[in-house]
Amino acid sequence: MFRNQYDTDVTTWSPAGRLFQVEYAMEAVKQGSAAIGLRSKSHVVLACVNKANSELSSHQKKIFKADDHIGVAIAGLTADGRVLSRYMRSECINYSYSYESPLPVGRLVVQLADKAQVCTQRSWKRPYGVGLLVAGLDESGAHLYYNCPSGNYFEYQAFAIGSRSQAAKTYLERRFENFMGSSRDDLLKDALFAIRETLQGERLTSSICTVAVVGVGEAFHILDQGTVQALIEAFEIAGEEAPASEPTAADQPASEPGVAADQGAPAEHDAAPMDI
Amino acid sequence: MTKQQANWSPYDNNGGTCVAIAGADYCVIAADTRMSTGYSILTRDYSKICKLADKCVMASSGFQADVKALQKVLSARHLIYQHQHNKQMSCPAMGQLLSNTLYYKRFFPYYSFNVLGGLDNEGKGCVYTYDAVGSYERVGYSSQGSGATLITPFLDNQLKSPSPLLLPAKDAVTPLSETEAIDLVKTCFASATERDIYTGDKLEIVVLNADGIRREYMELRKD
Repeated sequence: MFRNQYDTDVTTWSPAGRLFQVEYAMEAVKQGSAAIGLRSKSHVVLACVNKANSELSSHQKKIFKADDHIGVAIAGLTADGRVLSRYMRSECINYSYSYESPLPVGRLVVQLADKAQVCTQRSWKRPYGVGLLVAGLDESGAHLYYNCPSGNYFEYQAFAIGSRSQAAKTYLERRFENFMGSSRDDLLKDALFAIRETLQGERLTSSICTVAVVGVGEAFHILDQGTVQALIEAFEIAGEEAPASEPTAADQPASEPGVAADQGAPAEHDAAPMDI
Repeated sequence: MTKQQANWSPYDNNGGTCVAIAGADYCVIAADTRMSTGYSILTRDYSKICKLADKCVMASSGFQADVKALQKVLSARHLIYQHQHNKQMSCPAMGQLLSNTLYYKRFFPYYSFNVLGGLDNEGKGCVYTYDAVGSYERVGYSSQGSGATLITPFLDNQLKSPSPLLLPAKDAVTPLSETEAIDLVKTCFASATERDIYTGDKLEIVVLNADGIRREYMELRKD
């Protein structure tokens, strides 16, 4: 995409019928670190890559709980994502207060989309620079939606957004037909495999990824580091590294995750110093 | 020329009594389950007790529609707190929130007489007692509602904990054990039921301690 004379305002159409500011907002999503989601009949899993700016800082929080039955993973301008997740929480609470029942996921997603659309039609606003993967469970089953800065939303069986998400999408495209009948553990395994695809050879450990689940009888929650590391090892997903170093490196995480999860102390050399 | 009287009141009193007692490492909150209006009984099986947080339980007597609304507001505020702070609200924090919420409606109050019971940040039992507009105080024990006038003097005498009326204020937790406190609560209600027409049917007792929350019931006279 190049600069052109129609891209200054969000309220300016190009002769080809495009709103460039909205498209630029969608570019911002592609620059964010990867987030993926997949669902079965009874569970939805969200996973994302958590890169810290430097070794000295903490990781970005990219997965938020909106309610017991809805969670969201974001990619792009995380500040915008935080604001939108606060909106989602508030909508869920208000709906529960008025109707004494959980907000249906489809309704929340439409409200989010309408909110995003407003920002594409006001000259004094700018579009939200964040893509949202909304995972939720309601009376009609398990759902995964993608909300786009343009105000569009789609329902997916599985999806990936953010940088290098194409690799994850390719992996998911090969497997998605089986997801509906997958067990919770299979879904988690596929999520971690898909995340590994986006890492392009880098070793997958629980310190650089976050995983969250919601399912029938299981409220939305983020899995703790220890559990994720155990899953990674169980599925032998860690990735390609010099075989000699693998066995010794694999032993350490097994004994340390409890400590690492509690204190966030750098038990391994690749655990961030400030893990909040 | 007589002063004009209201032909309608937004409030009603559904009666009932609530009690809470704080111990060294537990808290007992109890309320009867009778809901009345005027001289009639609406139901014999209505809970006046609401769990607001893991370590915080509220019992309220008065106008149950306002009580229900108050419970909903506090539960919603607690959800917001959990989203922002990533943890449950402590009992003292909820105590302050309840006071602020009640005073917020100072000029059209919640007709709700509350006792808040739970464990404080150190795991000791704590009880907070309120009036309808949010004036509150931490005490070792409290009673509210139609049977309160019958129960409070009895608790003053039996609990062997410093009366909240003493100055300077003393640490008010009762030296009684959990089982002794529960038996005392049952005795209180059995007596109050005898003389107060709005108290009876069934007693609901909630006990909070380090192991979690437990609920017990006891039958009361139904007349």
